Amino acid sequence: MEYTLFILLLPFLSFLLLGVWGKWLSHKVAGLIGTLSLAAVTVLSYMTAWTYFTADRVGGIYETLVPYNFEWLPMGSLHFDMGIMLDPISVMMLIVISTVSLMVHIYSFGYMHGERGFQRYYAFLSLFTMSMLGLVVATNIFQMYLFWELVGVSSYLLIGFYFTTPAAIAASKKAFIVTRFADMFFLVGILIYGYYCKSFGFDFDAAGFAEGSFMLPTALVLMFIGGAGKSAMFPLHIWLPDAMEGPTPVSALIHAATMVVAGVYQIARLFPLWIQYAPESLSIVVWVGAFTAFYAAAVACAQSDIKRVLAFSTISQIAFMMVALGVCMPGHEAVIDAHGSLGYMASMFHLFTHAMFKACLFLGAGCIIHAVHSNEMSAMGGLRKYMPITHITFLISCLAIAGIPFFSGFSSKDEIITACFNYSPVVGWWMTGVAAMTAFYMFRLYFGIFWGTENKELHAHHTPHEAPLTMTLPLIVLTVITVGVGVYTTLGGFLEWGGSFGSFVTANGEDYTIHFEKQVAITSTVIAILAIALATYIYKGEKQPVADRMYAAFPRLHRWAYKRFYMDEVYQFITHRIIFARVSKPIAWFDRHIVDGFFDFLAWGTHTLSYQIRNLQSGSVQQYALVFFLGILLVIFSVLFF
Amino acid sequence: MIHIEYILIISAVMMFAGIYGFLTRRSTLAILLSIELMLNSADINFAVFNRMLFPEGHEGYLFSLFTIAIAAAESAVAIAIMINLYRMFTSIGVEKLKNMKW
Amino acid sequence: MNSQNIMFVILAVFIVLSSLATVLTKSIVRAATYLLFVLLGTAGLYFLMGYTFLGAVQVMVYAGGIIVLYVFSILLTSGRQEQLSRNTVGKVLASAALSVVGLGVFLLMLFKQNLFEQVAVLGAPSEPVGETTNSIASIGRVLLASGEQGYLLPFEAVSLLLLACIVAGLLIARKH
Repeated sequence: MEYTLFILLLPFLSFLLLGVWGKWLSHKVAGLIGTLSLAAVTVLSYMTAWTYFTADRVGGIYETLVPYNFEWLPMGSLHFDMGIMLDPISVMMLIVISTVSLMVHIYSFGYMHGERGFQRYYAFLSLFTMSMLGLVVATNIFQMYLFWELVGVSSYLLIGFYFTTPAAIAASKKAFIVTRFADMFFLVGILIYGYYCKSFGFDFDAAGFAEGSFMLPTALVLMFIGGAGKSAMFPLHIWLPDAMEGPTPVSALIHAATMVVAGVYQIARLFPLWIQYAPESLSIVVWVGAFTAFYAAAVACAQSDIKRVLAFSTISQIAFMMVALGVCMPGHEAVIDAHGSLGYMASMFHLFTHAMFKACLFLGAGCIIHAVHSNEMSAMGGLRKYMPITHITFLISCLAIAGIPFFSGFSSKDEIITACFNYSPVVGWWMTGVAAMTAFYMFRLYFGIFWGTENKELHAHHTPHEAPLTMTLPLIVLTVITVGVGVYTTLGGFLEWGGSFGSFVTANGEDYTIHFEKQVAITSTVIAILAIALATYIYKGEKQPVADRMYAAFPRLHRWAYKRFYMDEVYQFITHRIIFARVSKPIAWFDRHIVDGFFDFLAWGTHTLSYQIRNLQSGSVQQYALVFFLGILLVIFSVLFF
Repeated sequence: MIHIEYILIISAVMMFAGIYGFLTRRSTLAILLSIELMLNSADINFAVFNRMLFPEGHEGYLFSLFTIAIAAAESAVAIAIMINLYRMFTSIGVEKLKNMKW
Repeated sequence: MNSQNIMFVILAVFIVLSSLATVLTKSIVRAATYLLFVLLGTAGLYFLMGYTFLGAVQVMVYAGGIIVLYVFSILLTSGRQEQLSRNTVGKVLASAALSVVGLGVFLLMLFKQNLFEQVAVLGAPSEPVGETTNSIASIGRVLLASGEQGYLLPFEAVSLLLLACIVAGLLIARKH
């Protein structure tokens, strides 16, 4: 498996090439370099997956392979390593990342056509891909943190890609600061973990674990805060909607499919620790996730910017994954068993399916924005005639996210809800409700874009048209994956086939045959269909009397939801009114007047003194000699009398 | 009854006279004269130590000899410099020589 | 009070006064002349100690050679009367104070420490000093000896130095 090194190396080289010499390359060449290197990475990832999953299981589980691992920074007994680790989830992530990234690379050819900084865009995409791949194959938590920050940087760079737009700059800054704030907790968690458990590695049976384990719940919760920041969990979600200021393909890659699931991946990576040492703390994950899922779904129902709707939908779906991880329970004697840890498999499964259909949705949204030059739903409506391919792929992805059988979202979401019901009926019903809301707002979005009243005025001025092949091809590929996986796993789930997702990724590594709980499957399907029907009833027509009446009935609720329940304002208040005004300003005053004052005094003193001393440097030899003899005299004096 | 101290006092007076001259003279040639004064006082000390403390040895004696030779060499070069200076500034005043400032 | 002591007193007074006059006189030609007196007095001291060769060298090289060189160069650079300008009064005072204090410290040290209690006073040598240790012959032998007590290396070094000085003097003083 030595070739796995190239999975990291190729995007990095293409980043260097495009970043340093991009200016002298034409758009076409730059794009081709980025895309081809990514295609090679994709091929390598698939090869890796094929080799990995076709290898024989050892003791019923897939072996964890470490093709590379070298000591990078030794620090006493601890050491930071860099390497590549292959286990089921990292291999699964390799596939997800490389697939979506390749699609985005191809798509960007059309979407970014003729943009200024095209080469820079591809360079950043390569950097991001490299960092994200490095994150998932990390052999230890510190390497993960390193690449974690790198994806943060590339996210910052790509959100602020249109750096002449003030909104983009503000959004990139916000994203960076919020995630950095969360990452601080992550770092503290890592340090606690390393200090007490004497290791940064992911081999959790190392010596010294048992005696340090009393600090593990603290460390894990701190790391979870970091993960929550990256995965936009409430209340650290505020950066993600604003991150939509970046180019849409970037939103699809970073802010829907890959980077934002890093938090989920982190928990999954440390899952054995959670289960063994901190099963109680998992309830924090559940409640944060459950609340975020509901909150984001509620906000998504009221947004008018299509990318914002998708952003909140992403938050909600990631929260699903979080909840799924949180509802896992240790089996007998804290071992991980298939029943208690069903959520783990469900979460990873949903991560996989969500990445595909959400990327498809975002790319579809990109096509639409490309066509009508606006993010607002009011500029759309009735687009199905103009953009048939986008329409169909978008519809299929909406069905998938809504959880309709035979589409990929159904299988994974159903597993999540089953796991939730195993944990507690309250959580189960709650998440079912959120799933229904998901179906509702996604179809509200769908009808708002493709049906409803056409904005004739705008469209007469500029007729919408279908996107070029480079943009529709990725949509089709992703849709095919969504449908293919959906059909295969749905049938597999009902008929209890092996070889479904559960055969590859499970919490304890053993083969698990996905089978649906009939009750849960039927309930959630029925509820999803009802929600879709409701959305159809309200939003499909040219006139929307029900919707108007609902605005009239609950104007305040709508405004609150539209304003995202004023979370940003709360942040503004806390940061500006309390932290800046009450804490930072006095500190700044202290810094400016006391600390700086002290150094100013030193500088002033030195300056004044040197002006005095300068007179000694007269250049007159006789004066020097005078001082010289004086010095000799003093020395003699001191020798004689002291 | 000539004590060694008496001769040392003479050389000390000569030495400090030289220092005073070195510090106050404004002509570089006069400064050179003061330096000769100081060198000479050192010579006397060498000779007198040899004569009174180690009458059998000749180290101080030879040091005095060498010092005289070196003083001659030194004044030859110094005077060459003075003459050159005089050509440049038409003066050998020490106040012209401020280049050590930089 | 034998003749040696009388001679020493005369020499001592002569040297001290001349050296003070060297640094105090206003005319540089006079300063050079006083320096000549000092050097001659020093030569007298050497003779008094019995170092006749050293005294002779002192008279020949110092008094005869160097002072003549100085007088020439003084004349070359138009030996004007040296003016003590007003801005040097402070300097003069400081230098004087420094010199006096230094001399005081030196004398204090000399008499307080009693370094030379055991040392025999300089009397008339029972036998002529020059005959035994520091005769011209023995000086010559020592200067040109290369053994442990020999001074051949410094001797050669000084001769080289003198050569270098001749060259340097020519180089510096020649007209461009």
